[in-house]
Amino acid sequence: MPLLEVNNLRTVFHTNDGEVYAVNDLSFSLEKGETLGVVGESGSGKSQLVLSIINLLASNGRTEGSIRFQGQELVGMKPKEINRIRGDRIGMIFQDPMTCLNPYLTVERQMTEVLMLHQGLDRSTARQRSIEMLDAVHIPDAANRLKRYPHEFSGGMRQRVMIAMALLCQPDLLIADEPTTALDVTVQAQIIHLMNELQQEFGMSIIMITHDLGVIAGISDNVMVMYGGRICEYAPVFELFQNPRHPYTAGLLKSVPRLDLAGSTQLHSIPGNPPNLLHLPVGCAFADRCEKRMDICTREQPPLQEVSPDHFNACHLESKNV
Amino acid sequence: MLRYSLKRLLGAVPTLLILMTLAFFMMRAAPGGPFDTEKTLPPEIQANLDKKYHLDESLVQQYGRYLWDLAHGDFGPSFQYKDYSVNELIATGFPVSLRLGLSAIAIALIIGVGLGTLAALRQNSATDYSVMTLAMTGISIPNFVLAPILILVFAVYLGWLPAGGWNGGAFKNTILPIIGLALPQIAYISRLMRGSMIEVLRSNPIRTARAKGLPERVVILRHALKPALLPVVSFLGPATAAVITGSVVIEQIFGIPGLGRYFVQGALNRDYTLVMGVVVFYGALIILFNFIVDLVYALLDPKVRYG
Repeated sequence: MPLLEVNNLRTVFHTNDGEVYAVNDLSFSLEKGETLGVVGESGSGKSQLVLSIINLLASNGRTEGSIRFQGQELVGMKPKEINRIRGDRIGMIFQDPMTCLNPYLTVERQMTEVLMLHQGLDRSTARQRSIEMLDAVHIPDAANRLKRYPHEFSGGMRQRVMIAMALLCQPDLLIADEPTTALDVTVQAQIIHLMNELQQEFGMSIIMITHDLGVIAGISDNVMVMYGGRICEYAPVFELFQNPRHPYTAGLLKSVPRLDLAGSTQLHSIPGNPPNLLHLPVGCAFADRCEKRMDICTREQPPLQEVSPDHFNACHLESKNV
Repeated sequence: MLRYSLKRLLGAVPTLLILMTLAFFMMRAAPGGPFDTEKTLPPEIQANLDKKYHLDESLVQQYGRYLWDLAHGDFGPSFQYKDYSVNELIATGFPVSLRLGLSAIAIALIIGVGLGTLAALRQNSATDYSVMTLAMTGISIPNFVLAPILILVFAVYLGWLPAGGWNGGAFKNTILPIIGLALPQIAYISRLMRGSMIEVLRSNPIRTARAKGLPERVVILRHALKPALLPVVSFLGPATAAVITGSVVIEQIFGIPGLGRYFVQGALNRDYTLVMGVVVFYGALIILFNFIVDLVYALLDPKVRYG
């Protein structure tokens, strides 16, 4: 049984302008110990996908379909039951470490409360465990730093604290929503390295959301490329970088700045903008921006089909070739 | 912390001096004097009175004299309440107003914060709308309308409470005035609290707290309450200073011997020393409470504490 199984997930937001479809009919599964990278532009629905999983959508959002975590259905779960999973079995790290910790509480309070809640530890044991966890994320002088407030830590250190906090109960799944986006490049690399190291130590599965393909290459087993709230391509990381089949994935890969070609080439960009989720097109969401658009693309949704072992692509070009 | 406090309190001296100077000269600039009546006094009596209260001296001399007395903690004799000094008037009136005011603010704080939080948690629900309607009503109804209604209902129709009077500060006599003072404050605080709580509940730290699986009660009480309280604390400083110095309207209607009535009576009677006294006293209280607000801020917000 996979650790996480998402089937026909749809996430809808009710707004004054109408229904916004952030995630559309999306299915995937995640194995134990697997790292799934989720890539896509802003507004592709990747953040809403993971917020749907742990039921942290804004109050005007709702999910349909099925999300099974360790066999338990998460969609429609009561707050009390989902609270037992959040922070315990599923840990989450957010994009902006500068604002995600509570500035009014010490790091100690914010860490120990997790352990006291989920594992029923007393305060001193919880403190001990928190110190060990800060050590594990390489925060020097952890016993002293524990008593500090978040504003006394740098951005990279705060993200380490966030990671330590998410891993306190040794969750089976760690969801990281652009954990390195707000950090500078050297710190990014450290954080990615740290996450790799911690995964080997604790053996959890990771869903890593990012728009940085470098990050994906550094950490993922499989990659899911999202566009307009749908999967457009899904493949093992090596296969995806070697052999991108969807025009959007190919465009993304071409858009990565290359140091080895510096100076001689202009940076590639995909023309146009992501689709308006309020009025999704009938056909392929990427059709407007696609260089290889055909007639059928604007009329019909391309199905996600397995084009080679474990490599899935949702593009009408596949049908034409076959 | 001690050094900071001393510095802040010393910094208040120039502020008070400016306030006092402005009040002094504005009061003198107003037409009429403390002993003007419909009948003109015989010139000898007028001269004697002026001499007794040093009104025959030049303005600058009078100002200097007042400053000198004030430095010694003496607000001078009241021009109107002949046998009393302003110090005595404040000393008898202030404890009464203080007691009513503090009770009212404490009640307003508890109820206002509770109602505001409740409304924020049930945003756009019937609870929210009724709390906000109530608050809007509380802000809109002036207390000279509210107080008679309270008297009419609880004293006249129901006969539960006395309609007025102080009665040596008997508990029963304080209930209606406290309610009259507290209701508008409840309204302000609950609106403030609702707004800031809604904002805090949408913030990133709260999302993190929820992602940790904390029950809603802990999320609100431990994580959201502190930041949401900050705007209320800012409001409370000046509001407390205003409420504990007494409300003219409430004290008149309920016949309470507080400080509030002196503000208006002193000004109407051109009771120079009394007006100066209450203005300086009120000014000092405002400064004091703003200082307390800053201390509470430091207590709530670690960034302020260490910054």
